Amino acid sequence: MAVKKFIVGNFYDEAILFPAVKKVRRAGYKIHDVFTPFPIHGLDKAMGLRDTSLHTAGFIYGITGTATAVGFITWALSVDWKLNFGGKPFFSLPAWIPITFELTVLFASVGMVLTFCYLCQLAPFVKKDHFNIRSTDDTFVMALECTEKTNEAEAMKFLKEVGAAEVQVQYKETGWWLGRYDKDTMRFERKKEQEAVH
Amino acid sequence: MIIREQFTVPKKYNTVALALMALGVLAVIGLYVTTHGGGGTPEEKNLKDARFWASLLQNSVFFLLVVNASMFFICATTLAWGGWQMSFRRVPEAISACVPLIGLLTLFILLAIAFGGNHSIYHWTDTEHVKHDAILNFKKGFLNKGFFAVMSVLTIGLWSFLGWKMRQLSRSLDQKPLQSREEGKKYVWNNTVWAALYLVVFALTVMSSIPWLWLMSIDAHWYSTMYSWYTFASTWVSGIALIALFVIFLKNNNYLELTNEEHLHDLGKFMFAFSVFWTYLWFSQFMLIWYANIPEETTYFAPRAQGIYKGVFWMMFLINFIAPLLILMRRGSKRNYTTVTFMSLLIIFGHWLDFFQMVFPGPMTNAKTGETQMPLILYDFCIALGFAGLIMYVTGRVLSKYPLIARNHPFVKESVIHHT
Repeated sequence: MAVKKFIVGNFYDEAILFPAVKKVRRAGYKIHDVFTPFPIHGLDKAMGLRDTSLHTAGFIYGITGTATAVGFITWALSVDWKLNFGGKPFFSLPAWIPITFELTVLFASVGMVLTFCYLCQLAPFVKKDHFNIRSTDDTFVMALECTEKTNEAEAMKFLKEVGAAEVQVQYKETGWWLGRYDKDTMRFERKKEQEAVH
Repeated sequence: MIIREQFTVPKKYNTVALALMALGVLAVIGLYVTTHGGGGTPEEKNLKDARFWASLLQNSVFFLLVVNASMFFICATTLAWGGWQMSFRRVPEAISACVPLIGLLTLFILLAIAFGGNHSIYHWTDTEHVKHDAILNFKKGFLNKGFFAVMSVLTIGLWSFLGWKMRQLSRSLDQKPLQSREEGKKYVWNNTVWAALYLVVFALTVMSSIPWLWLMSIDAHWYSTMYSWYTFASTWVSGIALIALFVIFLKNNNYLELTNEEHLHDLGKFMFAFSVFWTYLWFSQFMLIWYANIPEETTYFAPRAQGIYKGVFWMMFLINFIAPLLILMRRGSKRNYTTVTFMSLLIIFGHWLDFFQMVFPGPMTNAKTGETQMPLILYDFCIALGFAGLIMYVTGRVLSKYPLIARNHPFVKESVIHHT
């Protein structure tokens, strides 16, 4: 759990968001993430995100499924308990291909769904902070991570200039956590107060 | 951005195309001489003659179906209201312009085989034999010379005509742009109707009756309902590979500015997906026959999977399934011009080999001794190069006649901003 300080801009139009992302990056601010109500083509490129490794994971899960199927059926039908099916050889690969295919798909799909949930930090009962609840509905939210050197006022002014309709400073938990929103968000507020005192 | 709309055929390109064609013609002559000289019993002579015609049959049908797949690509994307292919649509259009010419060649070869009096390729053309053959007698309604000829003429005629109509529709916009929204809607609707007509014809021919007639009837006693789908998948994935090759060729010569690796990525996806689809059909056909193990069904696979064609059979499987699966799986390789070029050539060659083992074991089997031989593949390969030269020549000519981009088509913008 790491509570960090962010400057959050809310954009009303993706046509404004796109050039804003580019300008913000050029100005040297660190974009924590951009939240949009729907997938926007090319936004990942504009943000400079690397390609996801989900494909590689999927390939590995698939291979695991293939190996499991071939390995188990081979062991069961040609080593452990030999059965004669219509005079076919005990090691008859063509008959096992459908099962192998199914297990490959099963392993790859289930594995990829779970990996996807992990990467996106989604799970039952697990909580994630929202910067702005409207990013699930109709607006586009950009969160800039603040470092010690960030000049808040300047960054907020900059976000306004590039087209953000609303700008706030927020303390947010970046990871996922098990717990309750009402209790835990109070803790973030406390952190804010502590900083204000110093 | 400056867009070079007009393609001029490089001199070297035409030289290569003509040289390949000359090589093909030489191979045909050479093959004719080697198969028609010398003595032997009439049966041996018939077998040699069949080897000659089988080579022509394999190559002409394969390349006809491959260039025809380009029109299928256009019509399928049109019917799906796809826009991404617009920036390079003139390329498949130009390739499909080979259909009438190669179609005529194929028609000549098919009719020559069916009516030539040598029954080694199509056993069912021997009417005397059919009378005593219960299975062939049963199939008489479908496998007879009259139906074969009518169906072949009709099919090639309809492909040519509907393909011409689709190209005409596309070119009609070059000189006079669409004036209003209504006109645009009407144009898109018009395209949709003609594409749908083509697809219906395509479904009734390539996806069902034509491979049964032209190729499966070589092994006249055997039948498989999957055969046509499997043939279709084979030529469709090669057709995509051919489109990709021409797109890359034009990109290398600084044409097709609006086409980029996003479009190449989608072509690569098609190649990957339909390689797997082909394997699915190939294996489904194989497995059911392997499982049931009924002699009249396994006759097809006996010489191929276990006999003398074993090497070709398994190599083709390696090229057509394992290689695309492993090489084209990565996103980066589908967007890489070199990899896609290599894979396109490999896939076309692989499916050509597929056709080789589909056609040859039948005519190369001696009916008396039951012995199957394998021909010298070099001749066939040179004839294939001749067809490749022909496709290069015609496609280059058609490409240079019309603008490379259908700039007035309503969907062009969709293609320009295409993003995978």
